[in-house]
Amino acid sequence: MTNEMKAVDKVSVQTPGESTRECPCFVPRVDIYESAEKITLLADMPGVTKDGVSIDLKDNVLTLRGAFGSPTPAPARVLYKEYEEGDFYRQFTLSNLIDQTRITAGLKDGVLTLELPKVEKAKPRQIEIRTE
Amino acid sequence: MSILKWTPGFGSQGSWRDLDRFRRQVEGLLETLSGTVERRLLSGSGVYPLLNIGEDDDHLYVTAELPGVAAQDLDISVHGQDLIIRGERRIAEAGSQVNYHRREREAGTFRRVVGLPVKVDAEKVSASVKDGVLRLTLPKAAEVKPRQVAVAAG
Repeated sequence: MTNEMKAVDKVSVQTPGESTRECPCFVPRVDIYESAEKITLLADMPGVTKDGVSIDLKDNVLTLRGAFGSPTPAPARVLYKEYEEGDFYRQFTLSNLIDQTRITAGLKDGVLTLELPKVEKAKPRQIEIRTE
Repeated sequence: MSILKWTPGFGSQGSWRDLDRFRRQVEGLLETLSGTVERRLLSGSGVYPLLNIGEDDDHLYVTAELPGVAAQDLDISVHGQDLIIRGERRIAEAGSQVNYHRREREAGTFRRVVGLPVKVDAEKVSASVKDGVLRLTLPKAAEVKPRQVAVAAG
């Protein structure tokens, strides 16, 4: 891979839900791919610690939140400021049924990896009709 | 709906409020504009990674967000008064059996050279990477540190 990386400004979240934290909130850049068994999501969340991550799946809406863990102590004088530190927030709507009990998440070097296993083929459920 | 008692001063208060709101909007706009201009000047080249640089009397502090870059894939060196941050960000291949829904993360190599404002003691530069954030502490060279001169009472 010889691709030369380019700097891209972080994108602010326009409506970060109802946040009570007084700090900027950004949209994490993600990769999402799907195989036969699962959906994998990778999100760049630099500065977010394990305790700061919250993942919520409700009514097919997946909400990712990442709280910035350890802010850099403000130096006596700022010389350059090219980026801002802050939290991350993003929501996705999933089209597949996800087996909530088997979701796994990992965080390494500021990258969140989420594995969302699909529900095994919904079994046809026979509904018995009782006659009285 | 509440009923307010009409007082002669009420209308003018309202317009003061409007004016105040307008003033705040203009201030916010100016802040945004000046912030953009400042940032353009600094990162106009769009070279990865973006940096924040600060200083105190004895040190320069450089931080960068490098999610997904392992410490062993980073190469940091100081040449004279230039700080060079090089590295590679690798993203594991997902295989051919998958469909991508989003592909926003970028992999590749990067190299950024920053001219430091003062000479630093290259031997004592320390670096750490934690949660995808690189933090460098560069002690200023002894000759550029501010020196207190004692004034002897004659």
